[in-house]
Order: sequence, then C-alpha cells, then structure tokens
Amino acid sequence: MKKAFVNGLVKENPVLVGLLGLCSVLAVSNTAINSVFMAAAVTFVLVFSSLIISIIRKIIPDQVRIPSFIVVIATFVTIADLFLKAYFPEISKNLGPFVPLIVVNCIILARQEAFASKNPVHYALADALGMSIGYSWVIILLGIVRELLGFGTIFGHRVLGAWFHPFVVMLLPPGAFITLGVMVGTMRWIQAKASKS
Amino acid sequence: MNNIWLILIATILVNNFVFSYFLGICPFLGVSGKASSAIGMGFAATFVMTMTAFVTWLINRYILIPYNLEFLETVSFILVIASLVQFVEMFLKKVIPSLYKALGIFLPLITTNCIVLGLALLGSMRNYNLLENVVFGFGAGIGFTLALTIMAGIREEIEFADVPEPLKGGGITLIIAGLLALAFMGFSGMLGGG
Repeated sequence: MKKAFVNGLVKENPVLVGLLGLCSVLAVSNTAINSVFMAAAVTFVLVFSSLIISIIRKIIPDQVRIPSFIVVIATFVTIADLFLKAYFPEISKNLGPFVPLIVVNCIILARQEAFASKNPVHYALADALGMSIGYSWVIILLGIVRELLGFGTIFGHRVLGAWFHPFVVMLLPPGAFITLGVMVGTMRWIQAKASKS
Repeated sequence: MNNIWLILIATILVNNFVFSYFLGICPFLGVSGKASSAIGMGFAATFVMTMTAFVTWLINRYILIPYNLEFLETVSFILVIASLVQFVEMFLKKVIPSLYKALGIFLPLITTNCIVLGLALLGSMRNYNLLENVVFGFGAGIGFTLALTIMAGIREEIEFADVPEPLKGGGITLIIAGLLALAFMGFSGMLGGG
C-alpha cells in the first residue's frame, strides 16, 4: 500500500517520467497561483474517479470500460469546473478550457485503466493520492519558476528587486516548454546519479 | 470570405494549437519519432477534428443552448468524440489497413487527446457560425499536422546528434518544442499585430 502511494511521487512521476498530462502542466503554469488551483482540481478529480471506479470495477463490462471511465471522470470534472466558476471566477477565467480538459488528461485515464480498475479501494486511493501529489509538486514548482523569472514575484509577492529585468518569454509558451524540458533532464540526471551510488 | 481565410491562417500559424495552446502534446512527443507516422497521425487527427467541429457545433446550437444544458458540454462533447474516433478507426481498418497498422495505439488515443476536446470547447466559446467553426477545426488539424511533421523531421536528425544523456528522449524534445514555439511566435505579427 505504501508502495502504491510512493510510486507516483518521484520514481514513476506522471509528469516528469511518464510525460503524461502535459497540456495542462504547460498551459496554466504561468503563475504559481494558477498552478495551485490546477493541481487541486486534478487531485480532486483523480482521487474521486479512482474511488468510484475502484468500487464499481467488478460491474463494468470489459468492452465498455473506457467510455465508463470517461463518464465518471467527466462528472467530477464538471463538478470541479462549476465550483471554480462559482467561487473563483477570476481563476476560472485564467485556467480557461483547461479545467474541462482534465477529462482527457492522460494521467487520470491511465491511472483508471492501469490501476483503479484492477485494485481494491484502499490501494486505488493510495495510488491516486500519490499520483496527484506527483503531478502537483511538478506543476507548482514549474509555476513558481516561471512566475519568478517572468514577473519577479512568487504568489504575487515581489521577491526580486527593481534590478531584475523580467523575462517575458517565461510567461509565453516557449518558456513553458523549455523550463519543463530542463526539469525532465534534471530529474533524469538525479535518478541516474542515485541509481549509481 | 475574408474572415474564413483569416481563421484558417490564424489557426494554422499564429495560434497553432500545439505551440500556443499546448493542445495535443502527448502524440506530439510520442508519435513524432518518424515522419511517415507523423503525417498519418496528423491527417487522422485533421479528419476527426473537422468532423468534431461540425458535429459539436450542431449539438451546441440545437440541443445544449435551447435546453439550457451548457453545463453538460464537456460530457456530451467527449462522448461524441469517442464515437467519432471509433468510426474513423473502423473505416481505416477496412480501407487503408497499412495506415491503420502504422498508427497503432495512437488512433484510439485521439479520443483522449486534448486537442480534439479542446477544439470543441474553444469553438463553443467563440460563437463562430457553422462554416467558421468547421474551418477552425480543419485549420487546427492542419496546424497540428504541421507541428508533428516539423518535429518528426528534427527528431530524425537528433538521432545522430550527441545529446547529453539525461536530456535524451523527453527532455530534448521539450526544449526543441520550446524553440519551435519561439519561432512560431514570429507569425503573430502577421495578422495586423494580432
């Protein structure tokens, strides 16, 4: 059970190692606060979909499992989307179509297919939590780096002084790709080092 | 008519789905190792996206909006897309089996690909008319094919390059994508500073 939880954090991190769910990671990580909301939405959807699918795993016929997963996931995504629209309209506008797009986030479907549909509830929950945390720390870190270099702020607080000239490109798509590429490389490098020693 | 051209050029170059909306990144990183499969994947996606743009527009205009069911947008669009992909898959299997084999797992993955649902959602936000929406879908598909093909070409070259060990695979691909995105930003001046 512990293994199911820890797997997603680093070793099989869905973003850095699995390269899954990159659309949302790249698109909304332009500021740290957007990243936090996105991470929360993904966590909510992943945990509840895994819970439900693990509970009903024995009654889903094998041939229609993918559509069934999608309907369950889409339900929770709609809840998350409407909740954000109602209580955090500003954030919801920033995230744009990327909250409804959680439906097709490969991480969530992949976890249902590979894990929740085959394992009892408590394992499925541990796995979903681990994967969500793995996703969350990557997107939040990416958000912090991009906001720091793009605005000189973290969560809206100025941390770099007036001497700092913001790199506008960090807020634009190229900055997202390059920063994530560097993170993937760094992660590999650390893992290679760790496995050698 | 002008408007149609504007939408087409804008979605292919200026607001390329891959480089400015980050949609369709999974196949972009996964399939783009070989130019031939990149083109096949691109055309399959273009076909699905054009159809999706057509069907989702009708659903949105004649079912969801009149009955105040806009909150079901996500669920209904994804179901339509899933059935469309199933249809394309059956069609290819019968008519062009070699292409079907080459695409392998990537065709069913179009369903769970953000680019198709993203297209449907963005289209419904923009209040296009039917023709504009279909052109929007077609342009997005061509833009996606363009991005995939460019990437595949670069990756075939990268095979022979001396890439630092940790950056092999995902890392270098993302960095190249960043540089390409930078290049595509150059197009944004093209449409009257748009």
